[in-house]
Amino acid sequence: MSIFRNVVFIAAISGLLAGVVLAALQTYATVPLILKAETYENAGGHEHVAAPTAGTEATAPAAGTEAPAAQAAAPVEEEAEAWAPADGAERFAYSALANIVSGVAFALILVAVSEFAGGIANWRQGVFWGFAGFAVFTLAPGLGLPPELPAMPAADLGARQIWWTLTVVATAAGLALIAFKQSLPLAILGVALIVAPHIVGAPQPESHESPIPADLHHSFVVAVTITNLVFWVVLGAVAGFVRNRFMSEPAPSLNGRLA
Amino acid sequence: MNTVSALGTDVSSQSRTMQLALAGLLGLFVVGFLGFSHMEVVHNAAHDYRHSMAFPCH
Repeated sequence: MSIFRNVVFIAAISGLLAGVVLAALQTYATVPLILKAETYENAGGHEHVAAPTAGTEATAPAAGTEAPAAQAAAPVEEEAEAWAPADGAERFAYSALANIVSGVAFALILVAVSEFAGGIANWRQGVFWGFAGFAVFTLAPGLGLPPELPAMPAADLGARQIWWTLTVVATAAGLALIAFKQSLPLAILGVALIVAPHIVGAPQPESHESPIPADLHHSFVVAVTITNLVFWVVLGAVAGFVRNRFMSEPAPSLNGRLA
Repeated sequence: MNTVSALGTDVSSQSRTMQLALAGLLGLFVVGFLGFSHMEVVHNAAHDYRHSMAFPCH
């Protein structure tokens, strides 16, 4: 199981680093926008599992009218609802943990797939692998299903998860056909695979009417896309760097096929 | 093709494929659990993460 162990080793280092970077970026770029959106949510936009808290009430535009009712209802809700981390340090800790664990998991996927293609030879090649990961996991699904804030209307969750998954698979397959099969018909098929999910179209809500202001949502879409781009580039670059330094067998040259 | 010995020298091509597939599937499983699990507790713990990664949520 030496190959499995080596892949896990590379993924652990690169995923840990990229996950820490992502957690830090999210803390400043995306989480404040989520908290802001929750103030609209708690102001009566849409039912949600997160209990109202002191932190969000303090900034809620409708806090004066809604807060007393929310506070009165909170103890009753808590009994029926599942556990959720308390706002503040605990909530941050679970988000950071999720980021780091998912960083390692995405790294496992990236490193395993790249090994099938011969391995990432250096950090520069890793950057291109990172771009591919970004295109597959953020850009393509994000075109049909832009990042959502709490309280935004959305289609059925199961349908969106299926569309998201199929889009990721089709985009990955399409990119692989273009990058690794030196054949015009297969490259055309690859482009078709990348385009197809968007012709089918993502499940959309019946109405896009939302309590969330459009500029807040736009800022969130930009923040999510850019933080994920940095995450993937760091992940790919570190994976390429680590693989090169720590493994006994160098990655074979790709003969100019990639990077 | 030099790919068989890319990560470790004396491993058969089949074993190499199996190990890489296993590593990739492990990653997919963890991403799926973090991003897609319908369990309330998982959703609540990873809530901000899911929104920030643009996973379908709620």
